[in-house]
Amino acid sequence: MNFPILSSIIFLPLLGAIFIFLSKSQKNDQAAIYISIFTSFANFFLSLFLWYMFDKNYVGFQFLEEHNWINGFFNFKLGVDGISILFIVLTAFIIPICILSCINSVKFRIKEFLVAILILETFMIGVFCSLDLVVFYLFFEAGLIPMFIIIGVWGGSKRVYSAFKFFLFTLLGSVLMLVAIISIYWIAGSTDFVRLYEIGIPENYQYLLWLAFFSSFAVKLPMWPVHTWLPDAHVEAPTAGSVILAAILLKMAGYGFLRFSIGLFPIASEYFIPLIFILSLIAIIYTSLVALMQEDMKKLIAYSSVAHMGYVTLGLFTFTKQGIEGSIYQMISHGLISAALFLCVGVLYDRLKSRVISNYGGVVNFLPKFSLIFIIFTLGALGLPGTTGFIGEFLILVGVFQKNYLVAVISSVGVILAAAYMLWLAKRVIFGETTNANIKTMKDVNFIEGTMLLSLIIMTIVFGFYPEPLINTMSVSVDNLIENYQLQLTKGIAKIN
Amino acid sequence: MENLNVLYPEIFLFLSSCVLLLLGVYKKNSFDIIYKLTVFILLFTIFLIINYDKEATFLFLDVFINDRFSNFIKILILLSSVFVLISSYEFIKKNKISNFEYPIIILLSIIGMFFMVSSNDLILFYLGLELQSLSLYILAAIDRNNLRSSEAGIKYFVLSALSSGLLLYGCSLLYGFTGSTNFEIIQSELSNNYGGIFSMVFILVGLSFKISAVPFHMWTPDVYEGSPSSITNFFAIVPKLAGVAVLIRFMDIPFKNILIEWQSIIIFISIASMVLGSVAAIGQTNIKRLMAYSSIGHIGFAIAGIATGTQEGFSSTIFYMTIYIVMNTGVFCCIYFMQKDGNYMENIQDLSGLSKNQPLLALAFLILFFSMAGIPPLGGFFAKFYVFMTVIKNEMYALAIIGLLTTVISAFYYLKVIKVIYFDNSILKFDKNNNFAIRATLLMSCIFLVVFFIKPSLLINIVNSLF
Repeated sequence: MNFPILSSIIFLPLLGAIFIFLSKSQKNDQAAIYISIFTSFANFFLSLFLWYMFDKNYVGFQFLEEHNWINGFFNFKLGVDGISILFIVLTAFIIPICILSCINSVKFRIKEFLVAILILETFMIGVFCSLDLVVFYLFFEAGLIPMFIIIGVWGGSKRVYSAFKFFLFTLLGSVLMLVAIISIYWIAGSTDFVRLYEIGIPENYQYLLWLAFFSSFAVKLPMWPVHTWLPDAHVEAPTAGSVILAAILLKMAGYGFLRFSIGLFPIASEYFIPLIFILSLIAIIYTSLVALMQEDMKKLIAYSSVAHMGYVTLGLFTFTKQGIEGSIYQMISHGLISAALFLCVGVLYDRLKSRVISNYGGVVNFLPKFSLIFIIFTLGALGLPGTTGFIGEFLILVGVFQKNYLVAVISSVGVILAAAYMLWLAKRVIFGETTNANIKTMKDVNFIEGTMLLSLIIMTIVFGFYPEPLINTMSVSVDNLIENYQLQLTKGIAKIN
Repeated sequence: MENLNVLYPEIFLFLSSCVLLLLGVYKKNSFDIIYKLTVFILLFTIFLIINYDKEATFLFLDVFINDRFSNFIKILILLSSVFVLISSYEFIKKNKISNFEYPIIILLSIIGMFFMVSSNDLILFYLGLELQSLSLYILAAIDRNNLRSSEAGIKYFVLSALSSGLLLYGCSLLYGFTGSTNFEIIQSELSNNYGGIFSMVFILVGLSFKISAVPFHMWTPDVYEGSPSSITNFFAIVPKLAGVAVLIRFMDIPFKNILIEWQSIIIFISIASMVLGSVAAIGQTNIKRLMAYSSIGHIGFAIAGIATGTQEGFSSTIFYMTIYIVMNTGVFCCIYFMQKDGNYMENIQDLSGLSKNQPLLALAFLILFFSMAGIPPLGGFFAKFYVFMTVIKNEMYALAIIGLLTTVISAFYYLKVIKVIYFDNSILKFDKNNNFAIRATLLMSCIFLVVFFIKPSLLINIVNSLF
């Protein structure tokens, strides 16, 4: 196909951002809001079209685009396979919701806010489309700038500290990845990772390179013990910022693990399985316990994100079809559910200006619709059958059981802990006695909030009962990944012998 | 008869500076006309250079060399000087340092730099360097009635004279050990010559001083802060570029055969500059001091390319310097915007809440500082990327990793400025400034940095063809 559909998906939001930037400032910034809604929805439909056009049975990358970029060195190469397309659709789906949510909650400088979000969308979709390590790095890092501004300008009281922590943690991890990327270029002669899959990277280099990539993704995911930036960033970020952070930015790291750590360095990945498993288990158990004790709703959800991402790494490094598909499913499910939970907290925060759990209680008496929604997502987060959360966790556990019994048993404890902290949260916020008089004056969800949350509910439940479309889309690519992995592993081991 | 065509730019610059000097002496209040004429002279010189951009030519018994490298550096020097001059015009007028000598001294220093980058001989090199340095001493102290400016001038003069002395001593040693002042002959005489290594160290010290690389950087913050901003602007860009170019010339020709000896020194200087430039800048409250430390750090990154000792490395250094020039031009334009009631402000705190009062200027700061921090997709990232490409190619992993880690530290202080601009509440409102020249320069530098990622190979091709 000649039409550069991937480039259009990447750069359409940027175009929208430029239009908003050039539009005249007026009261309420109506023009900016309309332009951003229009571009984000257009991009969503474009991504659906991409999904529709996507050939599920084709092995390898589709919609390839290649432009001569830094000549002789790197090409600007784009393409998608069954894994990345899901993340593109997820991104394009979440962004319109974020934009709708900020109409209510962002009180000042909304125009700049929308520009930042649209630019961020460009970078995030770029991450999932790129087929060249340098292009990937470019988009991966560039997302820091708008996110830094979003947290710092529209965030809460400790926003400066959180924004700095977020920026510097992630940058520190990423510079090592940059060294690794450049080294790969000089070792293998290319950074086009479709070619690198074929060439393979010499075994003796793999360990250090793996660690360098790991340092970047572990911070971004985040894994224990470098997760501490996430609760801070989540708590201080505005609602839309938290949603993007939880739903998409964290997934970039999971995607990175899948593509690069596993795809490029199979021998090292095999070697470092114990490290990943231990860190993931600590993340699951420890952060679940920490989440149990949180007094701030956003912090609780943030810690639960760390635990959920622990499952993701666990599943990825089982190298089984169930484990990897489960991890991808878990990432998508977490993208929907945690986004929804942050939106719910945003709904409460807009009304009462508080995120402290003890300020709430008995919300169900005054906000019945909201409470129903909140309960559904709570159940989704703890992995109730019938929601996407269940399928992800179930597949991951199936995968882990094949690999290691003990790890599987310990990680199952996390499921119980998740139920504990999520249900306790629901109990304290939704049910119980209304101690705070202000709750009585709160209004139930309005039309925009209802639409946003309803669309997320539909996704969560539809894909919870009927995972077929997603699994089908990724299945061939995951098979290919595992096959490639096994092949490289045997080749590598043969070389050692 | 020598082919003097290649020397036209230098001759033209020299003659016109003489004419301007006469004009200044005979005509009262001639600052404006001389200033404008200087800009035109510089632009015309660019035309002259492009016109004679041919194969490498040697002149006057191989004393003077004219090759693509020197031509490219000369064009960069001229272009950046033009931008410095047009953007600082208003500042000079407002601060009443509009003596007619000002542009003429800048012209003379540019002639000095021209001879520096074109020299193929120790004596011509030293003469060029001294012409440049003497002009710069005067420039630093041009605001005679201001104590800080005079102090900066004296400080710069004393320290710089000392370093010139060391440099000259190195040159004389080199002559003593090799028997020639010609770069090519020195190159061939220098293998297995311990005296040569000895003199190389002296020359390196002198040159490091001129480009303010650690540990010879001490003058930089004081001189940057004390001199008028328009002069700091010039200092931060043009002499640095010439200094780095000469350093490359030395490493490429006379010291080529003792690469192993100078490489470790350059690596040390590079790492020290990167670390000090990023750590010491954290506590700064004056934006010009901040820029001084930032430029020390940037020089560290730039000479990391030289440390590889390969021609690719030299190209990457020139690439880095080109982008560095664009960024610094932009930042100083921003500094010219920091006026309140006609006074120029220099404290970083004065920028608080700028994003509310002047969103466009704030955006320019954002672009420039993130670019300086080396965050993609801005131009500064490609500069660092390209340098580290060559560094890692030569398997100097320690240098690469330390360098990239210092970018994280330096990101911290750039972020601090962004924080003041975007996150803090407004304290004071700057005057509206409609000066077209500053706006245009700022706009150009920002657009260059933002759209650079679309076609980075344009510039990369040019710098790769220099050697």
